[in-house]
Amino acid sequence: PPAHSHSDWIGPPDKLSNLRPVIFYVPPEESALERRLREARQEAQASNQRFWARHNRAFRQEKEEFIYSRLKAKGLEMRDESGQKATLNAEEMADFYKDFLSKNLKKHLQYNR
Amino acid sequence: GLFLWHLRNTGAQKIPCRFVRLYHVASSRLITFQYFNFLKRMYVTQCNKDLSQRAKPKSDSIVSPFHELHQLDHEKKVVHKISPVSPIHHSWSEMSSRNELTEMKSAAETEDSVIPVGGECKEDRQWKEMKLQLDDLPGILARLSKIKLTALVVSTASAGFAMAPVPFELTCFLLASLGTGLASCAANSINQFFEVPFDSNMNRTKNRPLVRGQISPLLAVCFAASCGIPGIALLTLGVNPLTGALGAFNIFLYTCCYTPLKRMSIANTWVGAVVGAIPPIMGWTAATGSLDAGALLLGGILYSWQFPHFNALSWGLREDYSRGGYCMMSVTHPGLCRRVALRHCLALIGLSTVAPVLNITTWTFPIISLPINLYISYLGFRFYRDADRSSSRKLFFCSLWHLPMLLLVMFTCKKSVLEKEDKGDLPGGSHEMAMEIRLP
Repeated sequence: PPAHSHSDWIGPPDKLSNLRPVIFYVPPEESALERRLREARQEAQASNQRFWARHNRAFRQEKEEFIYSRLKAKGLEMRDESGQKATLNAEEMADFYKDFLSKNLKKHLQYNR
Repeated sequence: GLFLWHLRNTGAQKIPCRFVRLYHVASSRLITFQYFNFLKRMYVTQCNKDLSQRAKPKSDSIVSPFHELHQLDHEKKVVHKISPVSPIHHSWSEMSSRNELTEMKSAAETEDSVIPVGGECKEDRQWKEMKLQLDDLPGILARLSKIKLTALVVSTASAGFAMAPVPFELTCFLLASLGTGLASCAANSINQFFEVPFDSNMNRTKNRPLVRGQISPLLAVCFAASCGIPGIALLTLGVNPLTGALGAFNIFLYTCCYTPLKRMSIANTWVGAVVGAIPPIMGWTAATGSLDAGALLLGGILYSWQFPHFNALSWGLREDYSRGGYCMMSVTHPGLCRRVALRHCLALIGLSTVAPVLNITTWTFPIISLPINLYISYLGFRFYRDADRSSSRKLFFCSLWHLPMLLLVMFTCKKSVLEKEDKGDLPGGSHEMAMEIRLP
């Protein structure tokens, strides 16, 4: 954000967390209360970022692993003849989604607290 | 006809840009082709979700154009309120054939939701100043309050009002509709305020105003308060306290029960169905001032309707729900999801049969509504048996026209108030005339 700007700036969604980072404007005469608010917001933003980045990375990883293991069980390779990535249909993926959600439920409950 | 074609055309033209964007996203995240396809289909099917999403499950977009096709006066008032909101509604009012409705809706909504996505292929990647743009404010607030969904909520409330067996009072009707609309805006805004990180992560919701920083959280909450407080006050003081209490309760149920429950347990779906059932009850109590069996029946019909509607919808969103941490039946208890949907389709038949027993409609209602109820039950059964994307889509799209059609039929079969009062009092001729004058 440009140096002369007097407002907060919001950026494009982060690649990993999908959250948009916000750069907060620090007014020259920021009162103590304002600073506490700003720091609280930054802290919340940072912790959200950490959570979702880690969570989404885990999701992608586990999804890949799941697809790989299922494909292997079926005797297929990750990429077929034309070089396209082999995929599973929605029903098979459903098992994964169910699994992932249950495993992460506790993590989510804690996050939501 | 021409208009229909035009909409379809523009919808088709805008799609390539979105696909290009999706492709960039896909390649940068190593998303599989399946996911890409899934997204493509999701946008088309779930465009409707934007309008009537689970967040506040009420009747869907079709209610609006159907009511616009009505020739009745009080419905016209609703129309006038809805039409300034979105140009798409105008196009729906020009449409004459209901059969084409679903397809046109998909095209229209694809167009509607494609525009924001396609338009910002590049802008989305830039840093933006978080300054409120005043000219954008109406649009931003409309999206924040989910104005289209709110309009549909108001439609169900007015259906409740219309079905109440009392003479029609215009001021009461308008106050009730306005109050309900304001309450719905408030609830939707608060919900969006609570769910920013989750909305960012789901494709359907990542373009919401708070997610994109178009409006500050403070302003969003102030807006919610400035809608909710006058809305509830209007209902309590201008209509009656019972309606006000129901409105306040519904806001609470939606924002403080349904929203947190979404991340904790699948029970959220049942709570959400209640949220959807309350507006018609509010319409009824606004007219009569009391909670009769009729109010509960109407609420019951909407409650049951939510299940095939939402369960079919959520079937296609399993990946996003799973990653976002939302506990939905479609992800964790798929068998239950389909059973419940079917169960409630059948319940709709039962409820339609109860209506004449309670003297709300004549006996023609269950008979005329039987075909559409059977049809949705059939689709519910197919969904139950096949459990695939095509059956879920069919069920979802059916639910979109089924509800307005059902409400319409119900209204036309409404038992006239006079029939009960003047049985045998008046001579035949004037009896007929009196009935015609009094029928809304």
